[in-house]
Amino acid sequence: MSGDYSWLAHFDLGLNWAVIIKWLPRLAQGATLTLELVAIAVIAGLLLAIPLGIARSSRLWYVRALPYGYIFFFRGTPLLVQLFLVYYGLAQFDAVRNSFMWPYLRDPFWCATATMTLHTAAYIAEILRGAIQAIPPGEIEAARALGMSKPKTLFYIILPRASRIGLPAYSNEVILMLKASALASTVTLLELTGMARTIIARTYLPVEIFFAAGLFYLLMAYILVRGFKLLERWLRVDACQGR
Amino acid sequence: MNFDLYGFGPALAAGALMTVKLALTALCLGLVLGLAGALAKTSPYKLLQWLGGTYSTLVRGIPELLWVLLIYFGTVNLMRALGEFFGIPDLSLSAFAAGVIALGLCFGAYATEVFRGAILAIPKGHREAGVALGLSKFRIFTRLIMPQMWRIALPGLGNLFMILMKDTALVSVIGLEEIMRHAQIGVTVTKQPFTFFMVAAFMYLGLTVLAMTGMYFLEKRAARGFARSTQ
Repeated sequence: MSGDYSWLAHFDLGLNWAVIIKWLPRLAQGATLTLELVAIAVIAGLLLAIPLGIARSSRLWYVRALPYGYIFFFRGTPLLVQLFLVYYGLAQFDAVRNSFMWPYLRDPFWCATATMTLHTAAYIAEILRGAIQAIPPGEIEAARALGMSKPKTLFYIILPRASRIGLPAYSNEVILMLKASALASTVTLLELTGMARTIIARTYLPVEIFFAAGLFYLLMAYILVRGFKLLERWLRVDACQGR
Repeated sequence: MNFDLYGFGPALAAGALMTVKLALTALCLGLVLGLAGALAKTSPYKLLQWLGGTYSTLVRGIPELLWVLLIYFGTVNLMRALGEFFGIPDLSLSAFAAGVIALGLCFGAYATEVFRGAILAIPKGHREAGVALGLSKFRIFTRLIMPQMWRIALPGLGNLFMILMKDTALVSVIGLEEIMRHAQIGVTVTKQPFTFFMVAAFMYLGLTVLAMTGMYFLEKRAARGFARSTQ
């Protein structure tokens, strides 16, 4: 069995595997930054989306109007534009540059996380609105009939119910954000795509390095999908759906 | 703020035209790919099912930006080899062509799932009725399945087109002169990033609203004859 590995050459797809293996640690480093960005964005985005989603599904038009405008803007424009608006655009104003926020707004990491948070919050708020409106009205009426106050109904009936209805859509949104995080490379962040571009600038092997980066994204997406499947089972999403 | 954007207004308008052209061309490619993918996935042949499934899973799992970069920078050697083969010197993919292929590929992968859902939503009896009438497989698809499929697939495709339109901004990264690229050029000259990117944002919003209106009328047309029965 020892010695001749030349048959392996038939499986190499014409790629320079030695280069891929050499740069894997740096790509993994980029992948960690990608995961960091996504984790902060989807968690902070969810927190921001809860009040937005509740207000968006209100019956009063003046409560609905502001979240509607917010969601319309963030869903109607590309993330790249929003990212450039925050990272390059805000520096146009002296007031921003002189404020205490400037050390953060100058940093591409905080700009990227802030923009991604605002962006994903709009989408999650819309998911939440759909979920809240999908709750059978009878359940809310039952809670009110039992004498629960409106806030109590919201926290004990509406939100737990909506979170289960919205979870599959939320997991979709997390995967979309994983892919959207590639845009952070355009504001000089060295996440997975940025790292890949830096390595390519040194090695001139775009196919190999982008291929490896693509595999990393596939792997991360796969793990996330599996994780959410487990979470859905743990929260018994299926059992709550059919009633 | 200056009304014609320091002389960059016409350039941005030309950029908007380029964005629309890119989106529509990518849409055509994506619809063909999506239809092919859906047919492959719903076909009785294992190999085709596998091909369709691999296509949609692989493409959907990798960021659009990475596809744009991979297709633009990764095909240089391939195109050069092709050029040598056909005797065309310096054959290469333009930023527009690379953008169309990358965005079409991504649109097609999602459209595969939309079309597949639509095909599966058509009652089995319709196909069987076609078979009983002696229609050929091709006829059954073009005359029976396709016309009904559109109505079901249209809302999903509309959403995907909205996403595609926003993804065109990514092609500015490889230098195509669409809205974002022109805005960036304007910024380097005038040093007014917020103004220019805000204008770009509102141009995208305008395009989105336009597409939404178009979708509304298309959906209304596709649903004619069904509107009453759903009420």
